[in-house]
Amino acid sequence: MTVLDVLSWVFLVAGAVVVIIGGIGLLRLPDFYTRMHAGGVIDTLGAWLIILGMMLQAGLSLVTAKLVILLVFLVMTSPLSTHALAKAALLRGLEPLEGRELERRGDDD
Amino acid sequence: MIGMFGAAVAGLLVCMVMTLTRAILGPTVFDRVLAVNSFGTKTVLLIALYGFLSGRPDFLDLALVYALMNFIGTIAVMKYTRFGDLAGMEDEGSEESF
Repeated sequence: MTVLDVLSWVFLVAGAVVVIIGGIGLLRLPDFYTRMHAGGVIDTLGAWLIILGMMLQAGLSLVTAKLVILLVFLVMTSPLSTHALAKAALLRGLEPLEGRELERRGDDD
Repeated sequence: MIGMFGAAVAGLLVCMVMTLTRAILGPTVFDRVLAVNSFGTKTVLLIALYGFLSGRPDFLDLALVYALMNFIGTIAVMKYTRFGDLAGMEDEGSEESF
């Protein structure tokens, strides 16, 4: 097992763990705006780590070029769609939870 | 013995189940859109990983196309939810509850 393989293992497993953490957050956080944070974790760190792990396995080839394109595309579009989502929700009148309400809903959810 | 790609695929699948649960439960339409968008990102990663898993990284082309479709889909749904119309912006959308 070479150094690259070990690094790939580390990146892919770390990416999987981050993605699972994001999934738990998406499921358990109390309201829409807090769930958005969990979604952000998946779209940024999770995707980056997993793609980085795949890049190390692919070496210098066309596959890595495609992975770079995929990464750049994810980096550009995921903040855009998150922004559109938050703006649409806010304009539609969805109020963020605050203070005691946030604690109460966080407990029984 | 599962390889490194198998481990990552397993983690992704677990997370996809949780995301799908949120998409089904989601009290508001925005929760559902957030979950579906996140599910799409994970599908892109899953397709790419499956390519490596089966030794055919050509699957990356499909992943790229899926990423594009996912983005366009989210923006379209958001525009529809906000304006109630995909074509124009002058209609400020009705105020029915979501």
